[in-house]
Amino acid sequence: MDHGSPAGTAAAAARDRTFGPLYSRNARAVIARGLMATRSTNWLVMLSGFFEPVLFLVSMGVGLGAIVGAVEGPDGTAISYAAYIAPALLAVSAMNGAVYDSTWNVFFKMNFAKLYQGMLYTSLGPLDVALGEIFLALLRGMLYATGFTAVMGMMGLITSPWALLMVPASVLIAFGFASLGMGITSFLKTFQQMDWINFILLPMFLFSATFYPLSVYPEPIQWFIQAMPLWHGVELLRQISVGAFSAATAVHIGYYLAMTAAGMLLTTLRLRALFLK
Amino acid sequence: MPFHITGTSTSVRRVHNEAFLPSGTRSGSPPSRPTVIAAGNLTKKYGDLAAVNGISFSVPAGESFGLLGPNGAGKSTAMKMIGGVTRRTSGTLDIMGLDPDTHGPEVRAHLGVVPQQDNLDEELRVRDNLLVYGRYFGLPMSYLKPKADELLEFAQLTDKARSKVDSLSGGMKRRLTIARSLINEPRILLLDEPTTGLDPQARHILWDRLFRLKEQGVTLILTTHYMDEAEQLCDRLIVVDKGRIMAEGSPARLIREHSTREVVELRFGSERNTTIAAELDGIGERLEVLPDRVLIYADDGESALEQVAYRGLRPLTSLVRRSSLEDVFLRLTGRSLVD
Repeated sequence: MDHGSPAGTAAAAARDRTFGPLYSRNARAVIARGLMATRSTNWLVMLSGFFEPVLFLVSMGVGLGAIVGAVEGPDGTAISYAAYIAPALLAVSAMNGAVYDSTWNVFFKMNFAKLYQGMLYTSLGPLDVALGEIFLALLRGMLYATGFTAVMGMMGLITSPWALLMVPASVLIAFGFASLGMGITSFLKTFQQMDWINFILLPMFLFSATFYPLSVYPEPIQWFIQAMPLWHGVELLRQISVGAFSAATAVHIGYYLAMTAAGMLLTTLRLRALFLK
Repeated sequence: MPFHITGTSTSVRRVHNEAFLPSGTRSGSPPSRPTVIAAGNLTKKYGDLAAVNGISFSVPAGESFGLLGPNGAGKSTAMKMIGGVTRRTSGTLDIMGLDPDTHGPEVRAHLGVVPQQDNLDEELRVRDNLLVYGRYFGLPMSYLKPKADELLEFAQLTDKARSKVDSLSGGMKRRLTIARSLINEPRILLLDEPTTGLDPQARHILWDRLFRLKEQGVTLILTTHYMDEAEQLCDRLIVVDKGRIMAEGSPARLIREHSTREVVELRFGSERNTTIAAELDGIGERLEVLPDRVLIYADDGESALEQVAYRGLRPLTSLVRRSSLEDVFLRLTGRSLVD
């Protein structure tokens, strides 16, 4: 009776697991659910995430750029102010998109929609849920990054074919923020606590060498900024935008790989602690 | 009527072909069906508080087994341990030969879970809820599509297939949650307070659906604090209070053992209920004085009521009824079930 029955099939699939109760190799079911749910998504909210960095680019890059003039780019040559801040804004947009998806959306699904509770009553493990949800955040981040890069191209801010690599690099940045963001969200219980996230994101956006070089700060502050994740994203995309790579490029990439791994670990352990206690 | 107390027996019994036998054919002999759930001294502590404090029971395949008790008795915690989403502090638990603590996902593949609060996916439409849930179990679409339609039919929601979940009534949502829990054709269905918050008509529709599942041989495990629900649906139940089992047996057996056949309910007005008790002494087998009424337990309610009248007492209202599980609970714990 067991063999061939759906419960038997599900049980057989459940037995065949590398990470025991944590993972059932079925994150695609979570992704399929997310794609199906986009049918009822508010598309205006989706679009606002795309337009935000574009508006910044136009006002700061074009408007403020007219006063600033040319600045020194990552490879030492002069570039327009708009071309200088565009990659930084792309990094910010990757961060914001990933953080929004992995914090507010996750907070709602965790505490109000009881979505994860339902998922974890099935054969799914917490790692399936974390991977699936984060993949969806990255998919959205990739769409934003592609759109923004296209806008950069239309504004004549792309001077090197390397600039196309900004799209996958943005996804890496988003991966780091999304995995860590979901883990941190799992600790938060109230809307007031959720507001702390904005309290961290806004100064990081303004001060991570986004609009001017790091060298304007005294040395101790430089060290602090360099420890923050966004600075690595800004520098990474800025280097890629003109194809000027250095040893620092590997450090930036390494920073995000480590952040991603730590975030995934934290998220999985937290989901396990919250729902399978 | 069926009555057996299997205790913590986990011995493998001969498999019986009939999934569900009418109660009359089962009387006396222990079930010859395999045990699907066996709990031994099951305990869950949150800090110093023992939510479940050493309960033991076993459930044979196809039985409808109830956990009856007031809110906070530990029923939901016991259900979560069975479902493998809460780890036990101590004791043994065996679900179809597996330990849910170490084989959680595999155990859950055999279970259908209907939680106390509906957790339907509000972003998906009714039918999509079933399809997506089935995919969580790793089941293929070729199986899920006809199965979803079949379950919508079962839940009487076929004409709502394309509707949004939040447009459904409470009873419909509950039926959809039950349909969803059946997507993997589970052998065991866990129902936590299945009809709490539903109006009487919706409850009866739901009971009818659950009874059909029982007839199909699905093992039902349900918690409830409604007496009538336990009497309608459960072959056998345990009465739980403060994490402990107070009694175990079929509803009829529990009533027979812990109560009389009939009960006389008398209301003398809230002032006089307590003072009148002495005057009622000696009528029936036992007297229970509650703030709003006095209960006389007697095998013959009408003659007890006649004696009340004979003593010249004039209650504002009187009612003779059959004993229910409510009376059993009152006897066992000294408290009413629904406060």
